[in-house]
Amino acid sequence: MSPLPTFSTMAPEAGLKQAMSLSRPDIIETMKQSGLKGRGGAGFPTGMKWNFAAAAQAAEKFVICNADEGEPGTFKDRVILQEHADLVFEGMTIAGKAIGARSGIVFLRGEYTYLRPQLEAVLDKRRKQKLLGKDILGSDLEFDIRIFMGAGAYICGEETALIEALEGFRGEPRNRPPFPVNTGFLGRPSVVNNVETLASAACILQKGADWWKATGTANSTGIKIFSVSGDCEKPGVYEFPMGITVAQLLKEVGGVGAKAVQVGGASGLCIPASQFKRIIAFEDIPTGGSIIVFGQQRDMLDVLHNFLDFFVDESCGQCTPCRLGNRKLLEGVELLREGKCSMAYLQELCALGDTMQIASKCGLGQSSPSAFLSVVKNFREELMGRTYSHV
Amino acid sequence: MLMTDRERLAGEIKALAEKHGNCRTALIPIVQEIKQKYRKVDDFAMQVIADQLGIHPVEVYSVVSFYAFLGSAAHGKYIIRLCRTISCDMQGKERVMRQMENDLGIRFGETTADGKFSLEWANCMGMCDQGPAMLVNEKVYTHVTPEKVHEILEECRRSFGVHATEQKEVYLV
Repeated sequence: MSPLPTFSTMAPEAGLKQAMSLSRPDIIETMKQSGLKGRGGAGFPTGMKWNFAAAAQAAEKFVICNADEGEPGTFKDRVILQEHADLVFEGMTIAGKAIGARSGIVFLRGEYTYLRPQLEAVLDKRRKQKLLGKDILGSDLEFDIRIFMGAGAYICGEETALIEALEGFRGEPRNRPPFPVNTGFLGRPSVVNNVETLASAACILQKGADWWKATGTANSTGIKIFSVSGDCEKPGVYEFPMGITVAQLLKEVGGVGAKAVQVGGASGLCIPASQFKRIIAFEDIPTGGSIIVFGQQRDMLDVLHNFLDFFVDESCGQCTPCRLGNRKLLEGVELLREGKCSMAYLQELCALGDTMQIASKCGLGQSSPSAFLSVVKNFREELMGRTYSHV
Repeated sequence: MLMTDRERLAGEIKALAEKHGNCRTALIPIVQEIKQKYRKVDDFAMQVIADQLGIHPVEVYSVVSFYAFLGSAAHGKYIIRLCRTISCDMQGKERVMRQMENDLGIRFGETTADGKFSLEWANCMGMCDQGPAMLVNEKVYTHVTPEKVHEILEECRRSFGVHATEQKEVYLV
C-alpha cells in the first residue's frame, strides 16, 4: 500500500507548532474558514463542532477519535492509522488545545486490535518527544491520549452510541439534543471526530485554510480519502478532490463499464451507469469514502440482500422503525428473489423505507433503507417477475 | 468450578477493576480481558464484576450480550471470523465458508467438540480490497481461498501440542 500523497508531504508536527502559536479562537476560525466537513460521512462542519465544544463551560472536556470504522466497503481509516498515526494524534492534540480538553480517547474497533501495539508505540514516542503529556512543546498545554477497544458493534460508529460504549453501556444511541459537544462522555463536552477529519485538521493548520479550500467544490472543500473495492482492476485507498464525478473515479480505479457504483457504503446510494456524471460531494452524493463497484454480472438483489442482512444484524434494536423495518425489507428482498412480490407490496415497502428515514432514532435506521430505495428506483426492470431460475 | 478457581477469578476481576478505575467505564475493558483469558464470561464472573462495580448483574449481562466480541458463551481457543459483507462476498467468501465447515466438521456459529475452533461471521472488517478476509483471533488473513483454509487451520493446530512453543509455530510457518 503506497502512502497517501497529501498526508505524506506534511512536515511532522508543523500543524501542531502552528496551533501553538495561535489563540484558541484563531484555531477554530482557521477550521471554519477551511470549510472542512466531517469525513465519517455525516459531513458536519468541523470548525462549528469545535466552536460549540470550546464555548461550553465545564471542568473537563474530551476529544474522541472515532476509529470504529465499520461501514461496508470502508477501510481508509485503517490505512491512515497504519501509515499516518502521527498526523491523527497531532490533529487530536490541536483539537484539545482548541476546545480546552486535556484528554483524548481513540475508540478503536475490536476488529483492528492488531493495530493497537503499533499505535501505543506511536503514543509512547510522542510522549517522549514532549508532543503529549504535560508542557507540550514547552508550552503550558497538557494533553494525553488513550486507546479504548470497541467490542464489535457497527452502531458504535454513531457518536452517542460510541460514548455509551465508552461509559460501559450497551451501544444504543442517545436522543440528540443534547449533543456530545455539550453533554458527551461522562456528561462533559466532547468532540467526536473521524480519524480522517483529525488528520485533515492537522494538515489545514499547517498549510492554511486557503490551501485546503483550493481543492474541492464550494460546499465540499478539500481532498477526500476513498476506499475502493469491488469489481475494478485496482481496488485500494485513493485520494481524490471532493467533487470528482463517478465516471472519473471509475476511470482512475479501472472500473470503467461498471453496472452500478455504491457510494457511501451499505447506508449510501446505489448509482446506476446512467448517472455516472454525478459528482461525489455533499452537494450531490455524500460519502464517507466507501466506493463499491458492481460489474455487469452482479445481481442487484443479491447486493441488497447482503446489505439488509448486515443491517438486521447490526441494528441495536432500540427503536422500532429500524429493528423491524430492516427485517421487513429483507423479507421483501427474499420475496422479490422468489418472484413472489406484487407491485403494490413493493410500493408499500418503499413507503416503509421512507418512514424509516423519518422515524428512526439515529443515522443507522435513517440511512439503512437508502440502498433499497435507490435499487428499486434504478433497477426496477431487473427486480420484478423473477422466475425460479433466478433463485 | 472448584472453589479455589472461583477465588482466583474473583481476585483477578478485583485487580482488573482497580486497574481500570473501579467504575462503570471499566466494565467493557474488564469483560474483554476476562473473555480473552478464560474464553467465556460465566454467571459467576458477571456477578463478581457487578459486585465490584456496584451495579446489578443484569446490567453486566445486558452489555455482555450486546457486543459481538463479548457474549457469555464459551468459545474455542481460536475464533475464526470470516467477513460476510459485500466486497468479501463478491470475492467468494461462500466457498471459503463451505471449505471451513467441511474441514472443521462444524457450522458457522458453532465450536468444535475439542474446544479448539469456533466459526463466526464478521461484518465488514475493513479489508474490502483484499477479500475474502478473515480474522483468526487477532490475526488477519487476506485473499483467502478454499485451498488455503487447510493450511491456515494447520498453522493453528501446530500450537496445540504439549511441546509446541511460540517459536516452533513461527519456524513451521
